[in-house]
Amino acid sequence: MTDRAPSSDIRKAIETRLARRHRAERRFQFYGMAAIALAVLFLVVLLSSIIVQALPAFTQHTLTLPVRVEAELADPQDDRSEESLRAGSYSRMLQVALQDQFPSVTGRSELRALFGLYSSVNSAKLLNQVVENPDIIGETIEFSMPISDDADLYLKGLTTDERFVDRNEPLTLSGAEGEVTLTASDPVFSAFIEEVNDTLRARIQTVSDRAATAQARADRAETEDARQAAAAGAERARREADQLEERLQAREALSLSPEMASLLVRLGGGVVQITQLEPGGRVARGEVVIAPERDGVYQDWTEWRIETPAAGRRIGDVQIVFARALDDRGLVENGLNLILFTNADSREPELAGVRGALIGSVLTMIITMLMAVPIGVGTAIYLEEFAPRNRLSEIIEVNINNLAAVPSIVFGLLGLAVFINTFGMPRSAPLVGGFVLALMTLPTVIISSRAALKAVPPSIREAALGVGASRMQAVFGHVLPMAMPGILTGSIIGLAQALGETAPLLMIGMVAFIADPPTMGVAGFTEPATVMPVQIFLWSSGAERAFEAKTAAAILILLALMVLFNAAAIYLRSRFERRW
Amino acid sequence: MTDPQNTAAPAATVYHDQPSANPIKVETRSVSVRYGDTQALHDVSIRIPDRGVTAFIGPSGCGKSTFLRCINRMNDTIDSARVSGSVLIDGEEVNSRAVDPVVLRARVGMVFQKPNPFPKSIYDNVAYGPRIHGLATKREDLDAIVEASLRKAGLWAEVEGRLGMPGTALSGGQQQRLVIARAIAVNPEVILMDEPCSALDPIATARIEELIDELRENYCLIIVTHSMAQAARVSQMTAFFHLGHLVEYGPTEDMFTNPHDARTQDYITGRFG
Ligand SMILES: Nc1ncnc2c1ncn2[C@@H]1O[C@H](COP(=O)(O)OP(=O)(O)O)[C@@H](O)[C@H]1O
Ligand SMILES: [Mg+2]
Repeated sequence: MTDRAPSSDIRKAIETRLARRHRAERRFQFYGMAAIALAVLFLVVLLSSIIVQALPAFTQHTLTLPVRVEAELADPQDDRSEESLRAGSYSRMLQVALQDQFPSVTGRSELRALFGLYSSVNSAKLLNQVVENPDIIGETIEFSMPISDDADLYLKGLTTDERFVDRNEPLTLSGAEGEVTLTASDPVFSAFIEEVNDTLRARIQTVSDRAATAQARADRAETEDARQAAAAGAERARREADQLEERLQAREALSLSPEMASLLVRLGGGVVQITQLEPGGRVARGEVVIAPERDGVYQDWTEWRIETPAAGRRIGDVQIVFARALDDRGLVENGLNLILFTNADSREPELAGVRGALIGSVLTMIITMLMAVPIGVGTAIYLEEFAPRNRLSEIIEVNINNLAAVPSIVFGLLGLAVFINTFGMPRSAPLVGGFVLALMTLPTVIISSRAALKAVPPSIREAALGVGASRMQAVFGHVLPMAMPGILTGSIIGLAQALGETAPLLMIGMVAFIADPPTMGVAGFTEPATVMPVQIFLWSSGAERAFEAKTAAAILILLALMVLFNAAAIYLRSRFERRW
Repeated sequence: MTDPQNTAAPAATVYHDQPSANPIKVETRSVSVRYGDTQALHDVSIRIPDRGVTAFIGPSGCGKSTFLRCINRMNDTIDSARVSGSVLIDGEEVNSRAVDPVVLRARVGMVFQKPNPFPKSIYDNVAYGPRIHGLATKREDLDAIVEASLRKAGLWAEVEGRLGMPGTALSGGQQQRLVIARAIAVNPEVILMDEPCSALDPIATARIEELIDELRENYCLIIVTHSMAQAARVSQMTAFFHLGHLVEYGPTEDMFTNPHDARTQDYITGRFG
């Protein structure tokens, strides 16, 4: 206690302001935490949505069939020579194997649906197996292949909702093949008819609403032309609504169209696709897809509804029936999708993988690293430690900083003009891609390396120079090791950026469909290749729905690569960091 | 040979008689230094004897460090610095093209204000100079140099058996003695110290001062200090700088008891600085 303590006035003044100061601090902390929470939220939402989307791509249904390797199909010249084996008809062999599963199927469109369950590319795999081991000719082998993407999505439950209702009312089947009639004494199908009618009513409602708005537009129209156009639209909609209404009211048979949910009946080991329902719900007409064991009366049968209309999905009812049947017989198995990692790109989603893009990325990154890191770090060392400070070095410095802000696509144009057109380097190759990305990465590497060098305390340079070290010895022996963590972090961040870059590669033709992965070796540098971000870009515009999941999966893989890169940066940082 | 006393200068330096029998080790003639457009040092001429301690005193910013750095050409490392005039060591011009600064800095060691050991082991710190200059070919020779240097720097007893630990893990005073050992290891003739004790506590300071006193038997020591008491304790010669000029130079006792220039007197008696 001293008598020079602040008088109560001063203390009061401080205290009133103190409360405000503390409030300001708490407010600031709150803003900070809110910002972080928001960022974390976005990240979590983004990541989880990608993961949810990507999950289906990490599994794949595999179809395993007993395949008879018939001598006359596999070896047309009958001499077991490789030439003869390569001329064999292996796709026919697969067709026969699949047909064996469904002996009753003979219709052309049914067979097309059946053979659509796998991609013909798979026959090449069978060929290779036979060429490798001709002894299997004449035997029956178990042959596995990925089931088509549409069937795969269906089996994963991503295509449509389904309902299987076991019924216990007698149902009479008129025949065991072709067009058949199903007759019951109870109105067993009326529930389905009612549901179809409900959707019809809902459609009538929407169409009438549309007619009403068009009419309103016509009434408000300012010009004669607009009025007529709107009135015509209203008239069209009204007519459509009337037609639908007529259909609803007519007490005639309900024909199931592709715009409606599908109805199938399973009985006696077979499947009948319903095409028409008589009013009253007691009689149905349909077509046999898989032959039941017999005709006549069935007490136990299953009603099978496919909710998504056939027009709204890529897989037809018949193919669904086959896929489901194969699955029920235990011939289809859902497992880890290794193809995603072992295959390159393909037009068939079930055969497409990221291997080609991964190898392309690795090869491109090797070139980028070999170019950007030594040149960038060397430039940084020279500019920071050796170059005289004058006009010229200032101009160079400003330009390097400006280069960092140049849009990456410009580097692509530069690469096209210089590397490909002037120097005649191969298009679409990791070599050129690496050069272009190295150009793009250089400013980042230079700037971060310079910052790291600048951060080394000057006392270290003085210490080395003071005992008679040359400038070079001081820099390489003392300054550089201390700057290493920063240099490495900067370089890796630059490379990670390059890893995720698409735009400059667009210019040099690396955005192309490439079905063969480049060789993992020196030769690969000049072969056409693509890289991960480009693969993502290509898949994201793929027409098949299965590419959606593939795209998300590829994004996840690229993210994992990035995390790996950053982990390496953190590890190297801690390895090289020395306490000072 | 021009006599330094006759050099034309706006404020002529006052030189006391130099009774010292020791030969002159370092001599400068009209040394001026400019940093870009500002002149930090004006025509400094001085003759510093061997085997003794010469102290540079003066208010901060007066150019003591700048002048010290002229002697081992550390100013070469500053882009904006321009040095003119001549610096002679044993009568040999230091600023000539024929002299390699690397060789010069092996002859003229330097200790800085803030202890700056390398982030390496104690052994590597001391062995660094001998290694880069190739002073020892065999491991035993190097070991001997390291031990001798650490002994001379009065650090051996404290670090014996722990030569592998990082130099940066030592205390401030120990670090400064390690840095002195590092400078001694290349067997210099002149050792420059720029406020070597300003970052140390009084006990560590006393240890360094003792060390300086021991070293003066074999080396020409030049020490910048802002402590008048330290100058009086450790030095035989004192030079007083003011605003880039060497104001007065002479034997320490003389300077402190009988300053000729009014500015020297004011500074020594604590009226400014
Ligand atoms: N690297 C430099 N660049 C520009 N001016 C400098 C530099 N070093 C020192 N100076 C200037 O030179 C003058 C002398 O500085 P210095 O020799 O460090 O003084 P002292 O060591 O006596 O305190 C000061 O005015 C200082 O601002
Ligand atoms: Mg100083």
